[in-house]
Amino acid sequence: MTAILIFLAAILAIVGWWLSRQRLMSKPWLEAGPVTAFPETEAPDTHPAKIGLGVFIAVVSALFALLISAYLMRMAYVDWQAPPMPRLLWLNTGTLLLASLAMHCAVVAAHKGQLDNLRLALLTAGLTSIAFLAGQLLAWQDLASQGYFVTENPAVTFFYLLTAMHGLHVIGGLVVLGRTNIRAWQSDRTAGLVLSAELCAVYWHALLIIWLILFAVLMGWAGNFIDICHRLLS
Amino acid sequence: MTDVTPQEAEFIPPAEVAEVELYHPHSWWTRYVFSQDAKVIAIQYAGTAMSIGFVALVLSWLMRLKLGFPDTFSFITPDAYYQFMTMHGMIMVIYLLTALFLGGFGNYLIPLMVGARDMVFPYVNMLSYWIYLLAVLVLVASFFAPGGPTGAGWTLYPPQAITSGTPGGVSWGIILMLVSLILFIIGFTMGGLNYVVTVLQGRTRGMTLMRLPLTVWGIFTATVMALLAFPALFVACVMMLFDRVVGSSFFMPAVVDMGTPLPHNGGSPLLWQHLFWFFGHPEVYIVALPAFGIVSDLIATHARKNIFGYRMMVWAIIIIGALSFVVWAHHMYVSGMYPYFGFFFATTTLIIAVPTAIKVYNWVLTLWKGDIHLTLPMLFALAFIITFINGGLSGLFLGNVVVDVPLSDTMFVVAHFHMVMGVAPVLVVFGAIYHWYPKITGRMLNETMGRIHFWVTFLGTYMIFFPMHYIGLVGIPRRYPELGDTAFIPPSVHTLNEFITIAALVVGAAQLVFLFNLFWSLRYGKEAGDNPWRATTLEWQTAGTPPPHGNFGKELPVVYRWAYDYSVPGAPEDFIPQNDPSPLTQGGPA
Repeated sequence: MTAILIFLAAILAIVGWWLSRQRLMSKPWLEAGPVTAFPETEAPDTHPAKIGLGVFIAVVSALFALLISAYLMRMAYVDWQAPPMPRLLWLNTGTLLLASLAMHCAVVAAHKGQLDNLRLALLTAGLTSIAFLAGQLLAWQDLASQGYFVTENPAVTFFYLLTAMHGLHVIGGLVVLGRTNIRAWQSDRTAGLVLSAELCAVYWHALLIIWLILFAVLMGWAGNFIDICHRLLS
Repeated sequence: MTDVTPQEAEFIPPAEVAEVELYHPHSWWTRYVFSQDAKVIAIQYAGTAMSIGFVALVLSWLMRLKLGFPDTFSFITPDAYYQFMTMHGMIMVIYLLTALFLGGFGNYLIPLMVGARDMVFPYVNMLSYWIYLLAVLVLVASFFAPGGPTGAGWTLYPPQAITSGTPGGVSWGIILMLVSLILFIIGFTMGGLNYVVTVLQGRTRGMTLMRLPLTVWGIFTATVMALLAFPALFVACVMMLFDRVVGSSFFMPAVVDMGTPLPHNGGSPLLWQHLFWFFGHPEVYIVALPAFGIVSDLIATHARKNIFGYRMMVWAIIIIGALSFVVWAHHMYVSGMYPYFGFFFATTTLIIAVPTAIKVYNWVLTLWKGDIHLTLPMLFALAFIITFINGGLSGLFLGNVVVDVPLSDTMFVVAHFHMVMGVAPVLVVFGAIYHWYPKITGRMLNETMGRIHFWVTFLGTYMIFFPMHYIGLVGIPRRYPELGDTAFIPPSVHTLNEFITIAALVVGAAQLVFLFNLFWSLRYGKEAGDNPWRATTLEWQTAGTPPPHGNFGKELPVVYRWAYDYSVPGAPEDFIPQNDPSPLTQGGPA
């Protein structure tokens, strides 16, 4: 459960930092009047969707932290045999990186008001993400063709489970990105479009970071890293 | 103390939400069925949760009949008993209490109490309810599936959950259970995002965190916890689904089932226990924190006194929320884990008793010298405090490894958790319904029926669960459908079991009185007016009762004070609403 506890510690730090700005030490029973002297304690002006997305990403990260926890715990058993990772995963990682970059460009273009660049970047992001998903499917096929089916070994099952979970989140994001694309190609630059592009970009960066961590875990680097930590501690 | 009202703050721009942001229903269907109004969604959530809760109540009757009169009810087979037990536990904890506190009270009270027109994502909120309903329907479907629902116990421990000896293990029961849980979690996440972001973002002008009613603090913190804890159950359910459907070995060790080796090999049942309880223990507080919050508000309102130690109450809620994530393994003392591990979790478990005890002291100190009105909500709040102390104290016993190991598999544990997280939160649910029903419907619940309901429920649950502690102490195992003629069991245990069963039937019947009251008072209840309890919080200051679509009038209320200005010295009335600009405070003029 180490992974999830580290994740929770991070969440706790963020919550603690936020709470520390909320005047939890104040004595509300002695205060009457609108509290405009402390604007940071009022509800922020940020668009709710941004905060909502942030909370959602925290939930998704918790999900993956728990999956990784389970992976690391299950790994300690003797029957664990990691399958050879398809080389294609490197290419897929690159594709997802491109998608994330494209989303970044989309946000920059949206802020500068370059509608053509925005459309292009959104489309690129969508297509590279689809390419990523296709690549993951090919990686599955590759693994299966070598005889590593879902039930072969828990390590193999975990590979399918983790990639499938991540893929499902990409698909969910693609639905929203698809709608943003349609909006971008149909209308001019509006505040709503800029917001959609920003939200998609944040989600894509989060998915990229999650994938990089998953990739590290699946490649066994995370296991090596933990071994080193154990040796340092003992 | 005047530093919060600087001169430049004299003009307060109206806190008005652009009307385009609010979804306006156009037809009967979008107004009452596929509604995006949090108040309608709340009632839908509560109605569904209470309906399925009644199913769980009937299941508990059947279980008790089997335990009390095993010979008369021999047609209740052990398999059926296990199915009833599993479904009773699962429904009560997740589909009733979690859904009712967060989906029901959360949806109704958060927007009203923080001074918002609605939740921030109304459409997602609507989806949340419909997915919850789907989860409930899948759960109900398992009763009609071939092989019946799963009988694996509400913890669904592998390997037995998916082997042939357990009802529903190799048929549809366990699959439907897991799918239903997965759906519930997806639906809950949608609702949970709403509750959290509405508290963060939807607060009206002047509503700082330290002016939030404790109800909102409780629901908010519980939702944050649920958003972080439910993924553990989600992951566990998906992995078990893999084990069950495709035959992988996450949790399943090599098992020989009735002479045939199963396809699984080398899985770890303990992994499930870790994941399950990583969700399962925060779940206890996910149910308890909203109850803590609500009960604080009930006590302050009906004792006409400001809550004692508001700041400490808030800190305690936050600390309990954080600590509850590092106590999960105290459910696993008997799993053969490393002893120092158990020592660590026993320590954290006992530490969490400190903030909880602070809350109890603060409730009692709020009552001290208060102008206590023994209204129905107050009676339920008082009953909650007593029951919670009782259940909490036996929790201190069980939190210690050496005490837990011999007691873990006995009825003592059943008595403990029913007291602390069954009866206690349910008493708050009732108190809250008696308190807010006038706001929701515009009419008071019938007092006589309410008092019958209260006394039978409160005393009756004691008659059920108090003797159960003694039954547990003599070593009667839980999870056994019947005890048979075992030498160490004295005849008094059988008599007590019969007594408990009769008490359970009576308490169950009292809930029918309550149900009848809910419908009867809708039509014949006394007119309530806008603020029958003369309470301070914003939900009582709405433009009409029940609150209209959009909750407040043309302008949102501006908040000038905290939620507990009762019996303020010098004030014309014994309460000052939160949106009252008067400069009076508990310590004199601000």
